Amino acid sequence: MPEKRTEKIEHYVAPLDETPLHATDNVAEDVQPLSLWAEAWRNLRKQPLFIISTILIVLIVFVALFPGVFTQTPPNQNCLLANSDGDPVPGHPMGFTLQGCDVFSRIIYGTQASLTVGIFATLGALIIGGTLGAIAGFYGGWLDSVIARLGDVFFALPLILGAIIIMQLPFFRENRNVWTVVITLTVFGWPQIARITRGAVLSVRNADFVTAARSLGVSRPAALVRHVIPNSLAPVIVVATVNLGIFIVAEATLSFLGIGLPPDVMSWGNDISSAQVSLRSNPSTLLWPAAALSVTVLSFIMLGDALRDALDPKARKR
Amino acid sequence: MTVINEVNSNEPLLEVRDLAISFTTSTGEVQAVKDAHLTVMPGETVAIVGESGSGKSTTALAAIGLLPGNGRVSGGRITFAGEDLTGASSKRIVELRGSSIGMVPQDPMSNLNPVWKIGFQVRETLKANGLPAGPSDVAKVLAEAGLPDAERRARQFPHEFSGGMRQRALIAIGLSCRPRLLIADEPTSALDVTVQRQILDHLETMTAELGTAVLLITHDLGLAAERARKVVVMYKGRVVESGPAHAILTNPRHPYTKRLVEAAPSLASRRIQSAKAAGIETGELLAPAEASAETADNVIEVSNLTKVFKLRGGFGKTTNFKAVDDVSFAIKRGTTTAVVGESGSGKSTVARMVLNLEDPTSGKIRFDGVDMGSLKGKELLAFRRRVQPIFQDPYGSLDPMYNIFRTIEEPLRVHNIGDKKSREAKVRRLLDQVALPASVMRRFPNELSGGQRQRIAIARALALDPEVVICDEAVSALDVLVQDQILNLLADLQHELGLSYLFITHDLAVVRQIADHVCVMEKGRVVEAGTTDAVFDEPGQEYTRALLAAIPGSSLELPPEVA
Repeated sequence: MPEKRTEKIEHYVAPLDETPLHATDNVAEDVQPLSLWAEAWRNLRKQPLFIISTILIVLIVFVALFPGVFTQTPPNQNCLLANSDGDPVPGHPMGFTLQGCDVFSRIIYGTQASLTVGIFATLGALIIGGTLGAIAGFYGGWLDSVIARLGDVFFALPLILGAIIIMQLPFFRENRNVWTVVITLTVFGWPQIARITRGAVLSVRNADFVTAARSLGVSRPAALVRHVIPNSLAPVIVVATVNLGIFIVAEATLSFLGIGLPPDVMSWGNDISSAQVSLRSNPSTLLWPAAALSVTVLSFIMLGDALRDALDPKARKR
Repeated sequence: MTVINEVNSNEPLLEVRDLAISFTTSTGEVQAVKDAHLTVMPGETVAIVGESGSGKSTTALAAIGLLPGNGRVSGGRITFAGEDLTGASSKRIVELRGSSIGMVPQDPMSNLNPVWKIGFQVRETLKANGLPAGPSDVAKVLAEAGLPDAERRARQFPHEFSGGMRQRALIAIGLSCRPRLLIADEPTSALDVTVQRQILDHLETMTAELGTAVLLITHDLGLAAERARKVVVMYKGRVVESGPAHAILTNPRHPYTKRLVEAAPSLASRRIQSAKAAGIETGELLAPAEASAETADNVIEVSNLTKVFKLRGGFGKTTNFKAVDDVSFAIKRGTTTAVVGESGSGKSTVARMVLNLEDPTSGKIRFDGVDMGSLKGKELLAFRRRVQPIFQDPYGSLDPMYNIFRTIEEPLRVHNIGDKKSREAKVRRLLDQVALPASVMRRFPNELSGGQRQRIAIARALALDPEVVICDEAVSALDVLVQDQILNLLADLQHELGLSYLFITHDLAVVRQIADHVCVMEKGRVVEAGTTDAVFDEPGQEYTRALLAAIPGSSLELPPEVA
């Protein structure tokens, strides 16, 4: 250790063998290449939140696709009033509804409607909101103002109030099915996706790599599709995943209010609604579909949370 | 520079011995600093020099206990005025901060709280250290830091201050409690050179008057040598060399320091010759660019270029702002023309107009004799092939979703050149030209360093065999050694491919190294233009002289073999 307490400044040189000089800016050649998605996947597969929510979602999707695997009892037939509000018996683990139908079977078959509404409403909102938001953010100007104001109009209407009005329109009233509910939810769901997409596109559109692409001769629409949108996807996917859960709740709410799916379609919302009357005598008919709804929604929201952490650009190494 | 000889001037004020600092990250323990040692005597200015990631800021932050949450001192000792700080309680360190050790942070734009008035922020510091904090005390502190009209300024908000004034306010806060040691972490790296010089001059006189010792952290060896008596060079978390500033500059002994001294643009005074050109044509004294300059034609001619931006005023009124005012210059084929100016001089707007990303309000840009304003559709696309940009920020100019192969291949695909096989061969050749192994093809930008990304950006710009490359601050974000490497690469490529460069930069030292011709811009106008040698040796304008004098290290007298 050099002694430096004197007035004269010591000229210290570190021993060379301890401080080897590396080539300036050399490339490490033995590293695995990783794209954003590959890196996100690496982070995700170690996260308990992601693992649990994915297992649940896979299970729910499987139930929706193949309800017959889980129950032999048809949900709507063989409802014997003798079984009305009956307790669980072997073969009917969750008991019976007021009408004497098997609760377990109704929940299994109800998965399909809930999931269909959730997935298609999310897709619809993604396509409409994503397109409009990307165009608004990328081109700006009057187009942006028009789309933003249009979105604000739908944003300002409460979902339930708006849905009540739409579902009362003659066309919707006469053709109530899964698709009318999907359309209604899409109409009120797209502005949020549009806002998120617009914000993400705005932050990317002035990036140097977009300018670079433009000066290489890439046209504006091509730059939007090839560079801007792929880089804006992450926050949109996160919000869409969370929205999927919210749309499922919204469907249940509408069905509960009697303006969603028609009563002959098996749906958790309908079942919760019809279980109201026997809440005091047989609360389990209300609890089981409510639990199914909660678990489904929770797993989508958990997945959204896990995705948000994994896709956070700040968490990326540079 | 100035040493106040106090009674205990033989006792070091700050002593760092065998310091080791490690960070806990997701990939495990990372050793950021190892065996670092430095000594600051009372009233002495010591500079730590190093590239980004060398551990220079970490070392200084450890001295005031401001390491980020995942960092910790894992070994060694930090002694301040005889007191061991590594074992001190956090209460004691908080006591020392401000009153005994002050700090001037790096970025004046983000280090003042935008919702509080400047005066309030100074008063906060005075109060926290138990000093009188009346309005007159606040004004006094600000006035000392060189803020004119301090009393009125104290009532203003940070957004009403320019970058230089904010830095003065931060210096005022740092020195307000008369600390015995001031840690200045790159205090001027975000400022223009002339402002940087003013601030550093002022900091120097102030600390000399107060007898404050300064620990100056910088990446600029020239600046360190000019401002400090003692220089500590750090490399990869270790101190590789330390000693008197002059000795380190003139007689660097560690290979890293040698490399640093050679590469420091502020100390160089010669145009970089292509290594290959120099090797082959040793007998030829003239640079190839200069030799051809006599006969070469102008590849780009800019005449009377003006750009007016409309700024929105109140009540729907607009005011006109002339960003570029009557600018004319020409780029001779195969040479480099630099446009140099401080922030707001309009140099980047010129670059954007030459790239046809912005339409000029008036004036003409001729490319190969063709007026660019008349280009439409196909001709425009053809023009885009022949003029290519390289941008400043190597982190922003590559699409993070594209791997390197796709990034470089994109221009070829857009212009439908070749088939899949020939494109891949071309990408390999381009990577080879920018001295990168072909193995990086499947990597993504986030896995490469800043310098490597800039090479990729150069390779992409060269994919279409352009004639002109426009470098907008292309090396400003890079470390000195990497910057030197890239500048040499650009010189080599110019020699090999006969490229013409338009080099936009704020850094006169870089201009000296790369340019044949230079235009000095101030407030939208070209104030001086000529060959680089002429402008640097006999600047005709006051402004140019001020810019040249402000290059850190320009006042150092060095033996010719170094300078």
